[in-house]
Amino acid sequence: MSAQRRVVVTGLGTTTPIGGNVPSTWAALLSGKSGVRTLTEEWANTIPVNFAARVEIDPSAVMERVELRKLDRSEAFALIAAREAWQDAGSPQLESERLGVVIASGIGGVTTLLDQYDVLKEKGARSVSPYTVPMLMPNGPAAHVGLEFKARAGVHTPVSACASGAEAIGYAFEMIRNNRADVIISGGVEAAIHALPMAGFAAMKALSTRSDSPERASRPYDLDRDGFVLGEGGGVLILEEYEHAKARGAKIYCELAGQGLTSDGFHIAAPDPDGSGVQRAIKLALADAGISTKDVVHLNAHATSTPAGDVAEANALRLALGGDADHVAVSATKSMTGHLLGGAGAIESVFLVKAIQERMAPPTINIENLDPAVTIDVVRDQPRALPSGDIAALNDSFGFGGHNVVLVFKSVQ
Amino acid sequence: MALTQADVLAGLKEIVEEVAGIPGASIELEKNFADDLEVDSLSMVEVVVAAEERFGIKIPDDQVSELKTVGDAVNFIVKAAG
Repeated sequence: MSAQRRVVVTGLGTTTPIGGNVPSTWAALLSGKSGVRTLTEEWANTIPVNFAARVEIDPSAVMERVELRKLDRSEAFALIAAREAWQDAGSPQLESERLGVVIASGIGGVTTLLDQYDVLKEKGARSVSPYTVPMLMPNGPAAHVGLEFKARAGVHTPVSACASGAEAIGYAFEMIRNNRADVIISGGVEAAIHALPMAGFAAMKALSTRSDSPERASRPYDLDRDGFVLGEGGGVLILEEYEHAKARGAKIYCELAGQGLTSDGFHIAAPDPDGSGVQRAIKLALADAGISTKDVVHLNAHATSTPAGDVAEANALRLALGGDADHVAVSATKSMTGHLLGGAGAIESVFLVKAIQERMAPPTINIENLDPAVTIDVVRDQPRALPSGDIAALNDSFGFGGHNVVLVFKSVQ
Repeated sequence: MALTQADVLAGLKEIVEEVAGIPGASIELEKNFADDLEVDSLSMVEVVVAAEERFGIKIPDDQVSELKTVGDAVNFIVKAAG
């Protein structure tokens, strides 16, 4: 048996509530900018929460109208992020049969589904768009990216609610390790800012209702956090087999070295308060990467700003990392971007890769009073420098249903 | 009031421009929807529905496949509206 195939990151792309690409998003992240705003749509005042984090650069500013009218918003986000990532990777030349796509979304084309249902009710079946199905299907973002780049090694869409984006990256990682492909366009997207999903999350009491100061509403680890803020956008990473990347002289950001996947078997929406599923995922991921807790210097937490979730995760991190948690700089970037659901694990993986490259952990904003139950080292208000030398960093992502995904990225010398 | 061929062509140009992003100036009677204007079968459904609404006519599904060129569509619509 040949040696394990290694997987590296050679390209990044994103569109988020704080920037239309990686450079602008990363700069905004380090400066502690919030992307949360009061919504201007008429429906916003018909539901209990009237704010969210829309992308800073609307797709209409960077894509042709004729292309956009056949795409769900989530599909547009996938194409925008994938085009940036592909170009960033130097547009690798390879056989189509060795190129794959794994792009997830949590809810798929939900705005298309609901908008077309309105058309059906108001104007009848004949007026329903013939693009309704390709726009609403959850694999649509992956499929459109696959078509654009002629990927023929496989196009996939794992769905695990808010863990979807991270699970997609992990699935892509396995495809390269298993020799199904040499390059994968991987990531996650979400475009669910619409009255119905927001009313549904609000009915669960999952959303913050801090409508008097929306930019302060997403406050992971703060004592007065009251729920998450819905965000939209997407992130894409180009994953590539290490020797393939070296042979073409590609810029290598870092290595995707391991993943840990577990499930809670506890509740459809609530986190397991003892966090055992999260702890197991961290241990599996570190073992898969062949590193120990002492190598970890940074972690991008799931930390959505919900009362139960943030503390359950923080406790699990403390237990899984033990004393080594003292040298892990934890960033909760949803404080700035809001929660992108199926896009979250993807944009946060982009942030993690940038953090390793720039040796800088982004801040967590809006913590006025740190919850005393949180005993991990949270990077507050200002970015923090990470050590030089060999380092590793983790991305936590969890989803309704009890899905836990932990990804391990490490520097490549 | 009966529609003239010129009225219908002008309306169709706007519809095809909206649906397929083809500049109106390049939309002529002899142009084939699929081969010349990149209006695929799904986009053709949109063109048909928009034309029905605009001209107040019906284009039965079994007739749509007969409308290969812009001229075919203009003639059908003029007749149907007449």
